[in-house]
Parts: sequence; C-alpha cells; structure tokens
Amino acid sequence: MDLIRIMNVKKTYKTGTTAIYDLNLTIEKGEFLFIIGATGCGKSTLIKMLYREEKPTSGKILVGGLDVGKIRNRKVYKLRRKIGVVFQNYQLLPNSTAYENVAFALEVLGLPKEEIHNKVMKVLDLVGLKNKAKQYPNHLSGGEQQRVAIARAIVNGPKILICDEPTGNLDPKTSMEIMDVLEAINELGTTILMVTHDIDIVKKMKKRVILLDSGRVVKDYKAGEYKSESI
Amino acid sequence: MKAFRILSRNIRDSFKSVFRNFSLSLASISCITITLIVVAVTVVLSFNVSNFTKIVEKDVTIVAFLDLDVTEEEIDEIYDNIITLDNIKCLEMNENGSCTKKDVTFVDKMDISKEMMASSDILKSIMSDYTRENSPVQDTYQIKVEDINLINKTADEIKKIDNVNIVKYGEGMVEQLVTVFDVIRKGSIFVVIALVVVTAFLIANTIKITIMSRKREIEIMRLVGASNINIKLPFIFEGLILGMFGSVIPILVTIYGYSAIYNHFNGQLFTSFIKLIEPTPFVYMTSLGLILIGMIVGMFGSSRAVKKYLKI
Repeated sequence: MDLIRIMNVKKTYKTGTTAIYDLNLTIEKGEFLFIIGATGCGKSTLIKMLYREEKPTSGKILVGGLDVGKIRNRKVYKLRRKIGVVFQNYQLLPNSTAYENVAFALEVLGLPKEEIHNKVMKVLDLVGLKNKAKQYPNHLSGGEQQRVAIARAIVNGPKILICDEPTGNLDPKTSMEIMDVLEAINELGTTILMVTHDIDIVKKMKKRVILLDSGRVVKDYKAGEYKSESI
Repeated sequence: MKAFRILSRNIRDSFKSVFRNFSLSLASISCITITLIVVAVTVVLSFNVSNFTKIVEKDVTIVAFLDLDVTEEEIDEIYDNIITLDNIKCLEMNENGSCTKKDVTFVDKMDISKEMMASSDILKSIMSDYTRENSPVQDTYQIKVEDINLINKTADEIKKIDNVNIVKYGEGMVEQLVTVFDVIRKGSIFVVIALVVVTAFLIANTIKITIMSRKREIEIMRLVGASNINIKLPFIFEGLILGMFGSVIPILVTIYGYSAIYNHFNGQLFTSFIKLIEPTPFVYMTSLGLILIGMIVGMFGSSRAVKKYLKI
C-alpha cells in the first residue's frame, strides 16, 4: 500500500534555481528508505516538500492520501502530526530537559499529564535514555541528543519518520547505535525516510536506496541491491 | 477539558519564559514602563486642563442690563421670558426630568450701588445723591448657560426680550476662550492617542527582538504539529504579562505622584481659580486605563511579532 506518492514534481525556488525536476516516487507503508546524492542534488528540498516546509511548483505529492501541496498554511499542523522529523543538528530546546523536550510534542496536542508521562517514558525507554530523562541537552552527548530528537519525533506515533542526515554529526559507532534505534522504530511499523551522505551506513543497512542527481532520481535500488556506487 | 489544559499550559509556559528570558523581558518591561509613564503624565495633564476649561466655562455668565425705568412687574416678566429659553442652565430638576429652577439671578440696582459705594469714597460721594428712581445704575439679570458654544445665540434671544437694554457676556473673549480650550482639549486627546500608538509600536519592536531570539522554539513547535493559535497563545500571554509588569511603576507614579502633587499644592495650582482634579477616583481610573493599555499593547505587540514566523 502506497503511503507516499510523488508524481511529476518540480520545485523551482523564487531565486530561479530548480532543485527538483519531474520527480516520481512511490514509498510503501512500513518501508525503510535511504535518499542519497551529492550536496545540492535536491535531497533536502524533496523531504522539505514531504512535511510541507516547501510547496512543489508543479506536480502532486500525496502523503497518506493527502495532497500536501493543497494544504492551507494554517492546516499544515495536521500533516505535521502524522510525520516525525529528525535533523542533523537535533533541534532541541536547550532550556528544557530531555523529558520536557519529548513531552513538548504531546503538550501542544493538549494530552492529559499522566498520558504524556507514560508515552514519554515509553519512548525514552525505546531510545535507551530512560535514565537520562532529567538531563539538559548540553549534558548529553551528540548521540544521546539525537536519540532525544528521535524520541520527540516518534512520541505521538507518526506514520512516517523523516530523518535529515541524523548521523551527520556523529562518529561511526554512535551512528550505528542511532541506526539500531531507527531500525527498531521501523520494525514497529513506522515508515522511515533517511537522507544521508554516509555510504557505510547505507551499505550495512541493506535497505531500499534512491540516488538523486541534479534534482532527478537516477537510480532506485531495491533492498540489498546497493553496493558501492559513488555519489 | 482539552482546551483548558492547553490554555493552562500556555499561561504556565508564558510565566516560565518571562523569567527564562529575563534580560529581554526586562528590556520589554522597561520600554513599556517608560512609555506608560509618559502616557500617564499626558493623561493627567490633559484631564486637568480639560477640567480647568470646564470650570472656566461654567463661570461664564451673561449679564442682561434692564431699562432704567423698568417696573417690578416688567422685571418678573423678563424673568419668565428668560427661563423659557433653551440654553439656560438648570439648577434643579423634578422626577420627570424637567427643570424646576434655572440659573438666573436678579441683581437689584440698589445692591450694586451699595457695593460701589463700599468700594471707594469717591463713588460713595457720587452715588449717595441718587435714589432708586433717578439712579444711573441698571438692574441686571445674571444668567448661566448650559452650552457655552451657543452663548452668542442665547444672548441675542435675551436681547430681544422687552425692557432688556444691553446684554454683555465678554463677547469676543469668550468665543476665543472657547476656541482655545477646544484646541487644547482636542490636542491633548490627539497627543494621548499618538502616544499610545507609538507605545504599541515600540513595545511590538522590543517584543519582536525577544521573539527573534526564540525563533528555534517556534520552529520546533511548528515541527511537532502545534497549530498556529497554539504557537501564538503563549507569546500573546507573555505580552500580556510583560504589559502588566510594565504598568506597575507607571500606576504607582500616578497614584502616589499625583496625590503628592495634589496635597502639596492644596488642590489648586498658583491661584484658587485653577483647581486640580481630586485624586480619588481619578488616579484609580487612570491606573486602570494604564494597565489596560499595557496589556492590550503587549498582546498586540507579541501577536504581531510572532505572526512573521508563522508564514510558511
């Protein structure tokens, strides 16, 4: 079953730069997918369009049957609640503890305190940070901060988790630990889209890989097919 | 229940962030404080000027000089004619709302003569030769009006009454006074409004700086699926809190400062003619106005500042 359908999508920025040309892609529910490509190939633009940070100039993007390009600005939050996003630089609130950072995503939904507590503790346990709930981000290592960011992204049970170079700032060992966490989340049924430059991770994970070049899909490798083509 | 939870979380978060971003909050509060003090001073001044003009206007009197040979019956007739006019000030009203007593006072020429004689010896020697019948002094009616802007018309109407010789009310000067007071009153209203608008923009800009430093927070809120109103609310409450805190000192200045000035000058400025407005309830009404301006302007400023980050 298709969860994401990208049809003939083109994205040209106001500056005149075209980042994506006539892109077509289908992603199924429960998939784990890597998007790779050289810097400036349109990876970030593509995922930004998925969570409606950017609008496609032409074409159609369907996420869970919803036409993302047609969502009104003030209704975008409804889409965001179905999609979790993780960034390279973690994007945590520095003055809030790990617990508070994760709870924040549920508080904006107006959930009862007890339910928030249960969900936050469960998800912190899943990412292996149950014992660091009261720590502030600057007291956590890079890997731990990324785990908090992942916990926040999945705490309200999104169907899709988008990861924009989540291991970009981490050493290989910590990166693999993060990948283990992501794999565990994927096994629970969440579709994962990960943008990365780290070819080692891509090779080790043996998942579907989309190779972008100059805003176009140049190759779509099935799980395990990707070997070591350079990007 | 859910709305209540979101609301209470917003209020809690607003208080938290006022203290977490203390230095920027302090900048906003100081800005609100200073501008509200200026607003308070302008309000106090303009209300006092307005009050003074009202007192002066109240004292403006039309004096109708009656003919020298006027009889007592004719004097009564003139009174009856004057009180039927529209613009005569009412002193007492009955339950139905119709006037039972108007501010029209008869001054007997003999009383005027006596006053004149008492004022100087020369006048005494001159006036003492006259009796009621041959006195050059005229009986008068002193009449106060409701609307000073219509004094000209009322004076003309009084002049048309039989046996009224001359009507005087400081023509020219009164009109000028009315015009000047009108300009002062309108001018002070304009100054207060202009100050409030300037305050709003000043506060909006200060709060904008506070919010700019929290761009990341807003981005994260958007990312985790907070609706626009959900993002805006804590900032709006924050603006309200900043506005409330910012109005504390101006309110204290108004209440204690004005009361101190009032007591120091015994309620009048330079002469007994210029009376200051009594502090109670004036200072409390002004304070209420200040806190409302602070809160509304704070909320408006925040809402305007955060709006910029909600566009996608």
